[in-house]
Amino acid sequence: MHELSIAMSIVEMTQEEAERRGGVQVSAVHLRLGAMSGVVREALLSAYEMACADTPLEGSRLVVEEVPVVVFCPSCQVRRPLSSVQLFCCPECGTPTSEIVQGKELEVVALEIEEWVQSPV
Amino acid sequence: MGSEPRLVEVRKNVLKQNDLVARVLRAQFRAAGVYVVSLVSSPGTGKTTFLEKILTRLCQSYSVAALVGDLATENDAVRLARSHAPVKQITTGTLCHLEAAMVQNAVKGWDLNHLDFLFIENVGNLVCPSSYDLGENLRLVLLSVTEGEDKPLKYPTIFNSADVAVVTKMDLASAVEFDWHSAHSNLQAVRPGMPIFRLSAKTGDGMEEYLDFLTARRDELRAAAAI
Repeated sequence: MHELSIAMSIVEMTQEEAERRGGVQVSAVHLRLGAMSGVVREALLSAYEMACADTPLEGSRLVVEEVPVVVFCPSCQVRRPLSSVQLFCCPECGTPTSEIVQGKELEVVALEIEEWVQSPV
Repeated sequence: MGSEPRLVEVRKNVLKQNDLVARVLRAQFRAAGVYVVSLVSSPGTGKTTFLEKILTRLCQSYSVAALVGDLATENDAVRLARSHAPVKQITTGTLCHLEAAMVQNAVKGWDLNHLDFLFIENVGNLVCPSSYDLGENLRLVLLSVTEGEDKPLKYPTIFNSADVAVVTKMDLASAVEFDWHSAHSNLQAVRPGMPIFRLSAKTGDGMEEYLDFLTARRDELRAAAAI
C-alpha cells in the first residue's frame, strides 16, 4: 500500500503549485493514471482524502483519468492498444512486444482553481 | 461574490523527485563503474538465501556489496554478512518499498569506485516497488516454485518492469508439481523476451549460468562505458 505516499506527494506538489500562483484555492486535482503505473485507483482515492486532512486541500477532489496501455508492434510498425496486461502482444497480428508507449503515467495534469468573481447585481 | 472553478494545466510527474534522485544515482554508479542489481519478489521467495550465495561466489573474484531493505528487522543483513561482503540494512519502518533517496543515503560513505557489483534487496512485495526507480542497471524478479506458476499473471506490473527473472527453489519443483513450461509462458506473456533462469540456491544447481549472465552484463556495460 504505497498509495498513501503517492497521495502525499500529490498534495505536496499541488500545494507548491497553488502557492506559486499566489495562494489560490484548489478545488480539484486532475491526475492521469496509467494501467501499468503500479497504483490502484480506489486505494489512491481514499489515501488522497487522508493526505488532504488538515491541509488547505481538505475537501478537494481527486479526478482520475485512467490511461490504458498502448504498445508498439514491431511487425505492424504501429501503436496498438493492449487487450490485456496479462498478454503483451499485438492484438492484431499476435507479435509479442514489451515496448510500452503509454500506460505508465502517474502525473498531475491540471488543477481546478476557485476564482472569486463579482456576481451580477 | 461567488466562485467558479478555472482549470489550469500543470503536467507534473508525481514520482519526479524519486526519478531525479535515481538519475543522479545511475550517473554516480556509472562513473564509479559499479554494476547495480536490484531484487524484487514476494516475501518468502528466498531472496536473502539467493543473495547470500551470489555474494559468497562473487566475493571470490570481485568486490561486491549489498543493501537490504526490510520493514523491521536486521536479520537479513546479519545473514548476508556471513558472505563477508559489506552489507547495510535499510529499515523502512512501515514503508513497503525502497525509494531512490534511501539508496542514496545508504551508499553515502561507501567508496563506490572500489566496487564491481552492488546488490539492492527490496522489501518483499510484488506491488509497491514497481513504481520506484532505484538507479539500478538490472531489476531482477524472483519467483519460487512453491508460489505457483501464475504469479506473473497476478502481478503483471512488477514482472513487466523487471529485466530478468529467476525461478528459485527448483530442488522442490517435483514435490510441488511445478509446471516449468506454464511458468515460462506466463513470464513471457507479461514480459516478452525476458531472460529466465531456473536454479536452486540451496543445492547450487543453475547458479553458475546465472553468475555468468551477471558478469557478462557487467562486462558489456563497462565495454560500452569505455567507448
